[in-house]
Amino acid sequence: MTEPPLLEVRDLSVSFPQASGIVRAVRGISYTVNQGEFLGIVGESGSGKSVSSMAVMGLLPRNAVVTGDVLLRGESLLGRDDRELSRLRGKEIAMIFQDPLSALTPVYTVGNQIAEGLMLHDKGLGAKAAAVRAVELLRVVGIPAPERRVNAFPHEFSGGMRQRVMIAIAIANDPNLIIADEPTTALDVTIQAQILEVLQKAKELTGAAVVLITHDLGVVAGNADRIAVMYAGKLVETGAVDDVFTRPVMPYTIGLLRSVPNLVTAGRTRLVPLEGRPPSLSNLPPGCPFEPRCPIAVSACTTEEPPLLQLRGGHDAACIRAGEIESGVLHPSDVFPRPEPVAEGAKVVNERESILSINGLVKHFPLTAGMVFKKQIGTVKAVDGIDLEIRGGEVLGLVGESGCGKSTTILEVLEMTSPQVGSITIAGRDVAELSKAERLSMRKDVQIVFQDPMAALDPRLTIEDIVGEPLTVHGTSRTERRRRVAELLDLVGLEHTMAGRYPHEFSGGQRQRVGIARALATSPKLLVLDEPVSALDVSIQAGIMNLLEDLKLQLGLSYLFVAHDLAVVRQIADTVAVMYLGRIVESGEVGEVFARPHHPYTQALMSAVPIPDPEAERSRVRILLDGDLPSPTDEISGCNFHGRCPLFKLLDPARQQRCLTEDPHLRVIDTTSAACHHVDQNTLQPL
Amino acid sequence: MALLDPTTQGEVDLTAALVDPGKAPRNSSRARLIWLRLRSTPRFWVGAVIVVGMIVWAIAGLWIAKWSPLDQDLINSSTGPSTSHWFGTDDIGQDIYAETVSGLRKSLVIGLIAGPVGTLIAAFVGAFAGYLGGKADAVISWLINFLLVLPAFFILVLLSPVFKSLSFLVLTAFIAMFSWMIMAQVIRAQTKSLRDREFVKAARFMGVGTPTIIRRHILPNVASLLIIDATLGVVAAIDSETALSYFGFGIQRPQVSLGVLLADGTPSATTRPWMFLFPAIVLIVLLFAVSLVGDALRDAVDPTSGNTRD
Repeated sequence: MTEPPLLEVRDLSVSFPQASGIVRAVRGISYTVNQGEFLGIVGESGSGKSVSSMAVMGLLPRNAVVTGDVLLRGESLLGRDDRELSRLRGKEIAMIFQDPLSALTPVYTVGNQIAEGLMLHDKGLGAKAAAVRAVELLRVVGIPAPERRVNAFPHEFSGGMRQRVMIAIAIANDPNLIIADEPTTALDVTIQAQILEVLQKAKELTGAAVVLITHDLGVVAGNADRIAVMYAGKLVETGAVDDVFTRPVMPYTIGLLRSVPNLVTAGRTRLVPLEGRPPSLSNLPPGCPFEPRCPIAVSACTTEEPPLLQLRGGHDAACIRAGEIESGVLHPSDVFPRPEPVAEGAKVVNERESILSINGLVKHFPLTAGMVFKKQIGTVKAVDGIDLEIRGGEVLGLVGESGCGKSTTILEVLEMTSPQVGSITIAGRDVAELSKAERLSMRKDVQIVFQDPMAALDPRLTIEDIVGEPLTVHGTSRTERRRRVAELLDLVGLEHTMAGRYPHEFSGGQRQRVGIARALATSPKLLVLDEPVSALDVSIQAGIMNLLEDLKLQLGLSYLFVAHDLAVVRQIADTVAVMYLGRIVESGEVGEVFARPHHPYTQALMSAVPIPDPEAERSRVRILLDGDLPSPTDEISGCNFHGRCPLFKLLDPARQQRCLTEDPHLRVIDTTSAACHHVDQNTLQPL
Repeated sequence: MALLDPTTQGEVDLTAALVDPGKAPRNSSRARLIWLRLRSTPRFWVGAVIVVGMIVWAIAGLWIAKWSPLDQDLINSSTGPSTSHWFGTDDIGQDIYAETVSGLRKSLVIGLIAGPVGTLIAAFVGAFAGYLGGKADAVISWLINFLLVLPAFFILVLLSPVFKSLSFLVLTAFIAMFSWMIMAQVIRAQTKSLRDREFVKAARFMGVGTPTIIRRHILPNVASLLIIDATLGVVAAIDSETALSYFGFGIQRPQVSLGVLLADGTPSATTRPWMFLFPAIVLIVLLFAVSLVGDALRDAVDPTSGNTRD
């Protein structure tokens, strides 16, 4: 008799009865996790990946109906009362949530919260000993000066630091299983890399098995041993990470892998869009839930849902054509062929005149204190002297972590008012010199597409009113507006019969198309794209990216493309500017910057991006940055990156002195420009 | 006010992400969803039926009456309910039924005007203050706070000599003028958060003017709040009117409102209870019914009480 696996989930189903019908969130999934194993569960939003792990923890709301069984070392967890489960939670199973701010109690110090978990499960532990252990735990997860920070409150920590605290709490009682639910989704890439490192360390220290739930294939590729792909409440493919990534069988997995922009291949090939949207989990039709989106569906797919079939070597997939795909009769590129690029004739050739030119732009916000008598106590240097240039038909990718000043920059461009210092020139006109009427007509030339397509569309207006809104400003007649809206909807790949509907009837990807149609209504020259795909599910992103690429070519548009996802920028941009604390630290032609980054920050940023390819992930050298982005209120002398710079630590004192005292400016190095004194000393390995 | 916040999506709701927003509830708009939820609330139906019934009664009640409110049946003064005088008569022989219907009419008219007018003021003042921000916001906020600390009832009492001689509409206007401040603050806060929403920003960057943004984007997005407020505002306005009239500062004879009738009936409430009881019952039932409707509306709109999505 072999020992039972650490966690065994048997035919687990979760459903929520609701007014509109029963929502079957999880529909019979089975998996096991062995001691010390790292399982990655991947799925899009609504695939049931979080609900299934909540069921394991017994944390589902009371109206959930759970069937099947969850066994921890052969003992059933379902049906136990909350008190028994509480004893297990924390001690045997620990959970790390996505949002560390709402997972920590704001009114207790983090030390208290760690100690609480310790003392709950170990009655013999005194308060003193618990506090000492809390400090130890904080040190383990890499919190600087833990003796001092143990007495800090959650709001005094940054997002990444809070997530470290969560990990500290999770490993406090030496659990056997850690469930991490999208632990890095809310964080920047460099912080994500740090947290994943800490998670691996925690796993090594405790010997616990880890179940990592994520939508990011790259994160799984670099960390997990096994992967489970979920779709519409079912497991559709599981197997060893290498197997699934190199030889995916289920068409959904194939599509997902081919639709993700990959830092290594991006920019050279078109992305493969995975059209359609996941089905509604109430009233699922019979047959394979992926059938409507599946390019190789046959008639048998509509009648019966395929079970998870065992292939070889623990690789399972739920597809009736799995045999054909596995044996190579159907190649992944036959399943999802790459779409053709826009025909040469349809392209608009643009004179390379300057569309947007930013020179020495500065935006400082005064930081004030006091309610009645306001006094200035500091300055937020959101944008601290940047130059950008976009020519006709060009895409400038502006990348950087949150808080680096990207958003302030685009707001300054869109406000079209005189900047504090520097100048903004749009299509040859300095915006500071515009009259009110000229500014209004200038607004036609610059439009914006926002990150969150739900928030960007007024829920109370129909699609026709939303897309036509920019035209109302410029006095277009109603009939002309209607004609133009139909034309725009066709252009972005939506049916123009949808014009009478409301935003909530559309999926995320469709909503983003509506947002793009609205931005195109006035035939602008420049589109400002503020993270246009980062709020979308991975399978949807490719379609939007391809649309943006096509529109650029068909209409001769220029884009100011703001993103934190480097792979996405690599895919679409012609030139790239990397921003750090209100400054541009490196800029240049996109191929050059990505192939040979010179600034240590750019290098770290690139190495932090997970690549959805397990082999590439393992062979990469990661350049981890220390700590978080400093606050833009800090007065930093010299190079503002020196506190986190991996290169700085390798330099001799004389060179370090230069970093501490002298502010580096952008200078041309080879084919790109970088703001670093010691590019010649750089021995860090990019990618 | 988070409970009433129409801009927040439902609280952490596991099922929300799973329900396909386009298909799951088959309805086409939020208004329909609210109506669906309202429809399944018994409270709403009880309240609505009573309110509609009372309005119909107020309009048609006098046609079936044998007496007009001004008639005096001196032979039957101070008598209890009978076949001739359904609710009895008062000391000077006036028919209580006729007076109650006519008082209800006045109270309803005042409530139905003052409540929504107050909401309208609140909507515009709040939305402009919240949207414009800066100096305009500071001035309007100061005004709101100033009006809030003024004892409204006392001022209405002081002003009563002015409107005693004028139409009851003046009284209605005064009641409306003192009932919008709190709602205006709520709308102002809502607008402030809406202003940072991307669809409002998008409109601004398109060059859409402020009044258009408020009309097209802000007010429709606080509409559910406004509807609740207008409904509950009716209750508040009738309350104010009744209280003022009761103390003799509101509606004056020969016009009657429920407050006037209550005041007249109070001295004889123990000896000839019909003079007090019937207007009182009508008032309580009316306020109760309107409150029920408002309450049901609030629950239907409240994003935390179920799986609403906006």
